[in-house]
Amino acid sequence: MIRHAATLLIALALSMALPRAGATEEVVMGLSQSSVSITTNFAGSDILIFGAIKRETAIPDEELEVIVTVAGPSAPLTVRRKDRRLGIWVNTEAVQIDSAPSFYAVAATGKLAEVLSQTEDLRHRISIPLAIRSVGAPDTVGDAQRFTEALIRIRSDNGLYEQLDDSVDLQEQTLFRSSIRLPANLTEGAYRTRIFLTRGSEVIAQYETSIDVRKVGLERYLYTMAHSQPLLYGLMALVLAVAAGWGASAFFRVILRQG
Amino acid sequence: MQMYLPIAEVSVNAYLLLGLGGIVGLLSGMFGVGGGFLMTPLLFFIGIPPAVAVATGTTQIVASSVSAFLAHLRRKTVDLRMGGVLLGGGMVGAGLGVLAFNYLKALGQVDLMVTLFYVVFLGTIGSLMFIESLTAIRRARRAGGPVKSAKNRHRNWVHVLPIKVRFRTSGLYISIIPPVIIGIGVGILTAIMGVGGGFIMVPAMIYLLGMPTKVVIGTSLFQIIFVTAFTMLLHAVTNQTVDVILGVLLLLGGVVGAQIGARIGVKLKAEQLRILLALLVLAVCGKLALDLLLMPSELYSIGDAGGSQ
Repeated sequence: MIRHAATLLIALALSMALPRAGATEEVVMGLSQSSVSITTNFAGSDILIFGAIKRETAIPDEELEVIVTVAGPSAPLTVRRKDRRLGIWVNTEAVQIDSAPSFYAVAATGKLAEVLSQTEDLRHRISIPLAIRSVGAPDTVGDAQRFTEALIRIRSDNGLYEQLDDSVDLQEQTLFRSSIRLPANLTEGAYRTRIFLTRGSEVIAQYETSIDVRKVGLERYLYTMAHSQPLLYGLMALVLAVAAGWGASAFFRVILRQG
Repeated sequence: MQMYLPIAEVSVNAYLLLGLGGIVGLLSGMFGVGGGFLMTPLLFFIGIPPAVAVATGTTQIVASSVSAFLAHLRRKTVDLRMGGVLLGGGMVGAGLGVLAFNYLKALGQVDLMVTLFYVVFLGTIGSLMFIESLTAIRRARRAGGPVKSAKNRHRNWVHVLPIKVRFRTSGLYISIIPPVIIGIGVGILTAIMGVGGGFIMVPAMIYLLGMPTKVVIGTSLFQIIFVTAFTMLLHAVTNQTVDVILGVLLLLGGVVGAQIGARIGVKLKAEQLRILLALLVLAVCGKLALDLLLMPSELYSIGDAGGSQ
């Protein structure tokens, strides 16, 4: 239900954004890789996002700016706050966040606040705080805003949320490129990638694609097994543990006898 | 070499995990403890989510206990009947423990609960062991050699309870109620703390049940293997928090470390070993206690949705 509603909202936002006067500039975009494989030795990955602006008319006078966003799959979560009770620090208050991306990076040709107006940001949900949806906090929590701020702070410290000002390279108002680093602690899913062109802080064109991030090989196999056949998975872990214990004791006995 | 752990969903250095398993194995081999009480907090420190650390730590305990149990079985120092009774209680306890664990996880208090359990148990055991080994060293110095404590197997309340059973290997004829209760208690600890519980069970068997010391370790290992294995299965089925890759790396280091540790252990003096272990236990306890008492640098934490608060 919620997913349907969200899709509808996105569709609505897109249809509102598309037909604009002078929508003569279009984005042609490429990715250095359209999928990221999480293998056993995965240590993060750099994605190069590049493209060109196709136009039939002359370049307008106003400065062109490009914004690139990459968003990981969203999930609801709980942010908890510790407080001192009976001398020790324990979790007390909690705020439910309806939806927060597991990863979010926003890169722009300039300072994000300068190349994008507030209204456009609200419409397209581009900046980090707007990528997080939090509707209602319980009445018992007076300062729900601080929980969202904490979420952004913690995820920024872990390299999961990034605002990269001045990191999209634009040449001749036509060619652009930006490199976005995906950290090692990624979750699986479709990473929604969006490009916005703005002039005078107004969005004039946008383009959307997705990067598929997936566990492969052994990682995929173990993860699927742990969730679809937990009993078998548990038994496998058990057999491994018993075999390792028995093997080590037998192995060292043989070595000692020989030594 | 970085390794991505499929269940924990974090990337960790594989050599760090092998080394961690090796060090804990070395210590457990030296001191004859399971090492779970060290492994789980160490996994917290390197950033493994607590639920995964507790569940996966059990694989290492199973491996090192099997290794040690086989040695005891060859020496015939295992009371299988007593082990069976303890095990019955242990299964019930493990079930209760996993239920409690899941309930606390939903409340968002699981970290606190696990840490509190650790502080209380490590603090108590560490201090007792420290005092005991200090007096032993002093006594040894004064007498010029270790003094055997007088055997003390007088009748206490344990011997007046009903449903008596004969335990031949231990040479006991006692009620099965106390062993069942001890088993339940240890089962709960296993599920919540991710430890084998040997450090609680061994003193309980000696002082409460009056079992002879030579069969105590083997019997406790017998029960630990099964209760820990059962706990691991419960965690795998109900929480999907057992990370096999993490487990394999830890136990590869662990089993090798344990064999080396056992060989170092026999070359050191028992009192010195115990005082070192006591200091280690107290250090881990102190670190965890400070985390509770000092104001954390980050007051907020992110958890899964579905908390009932």
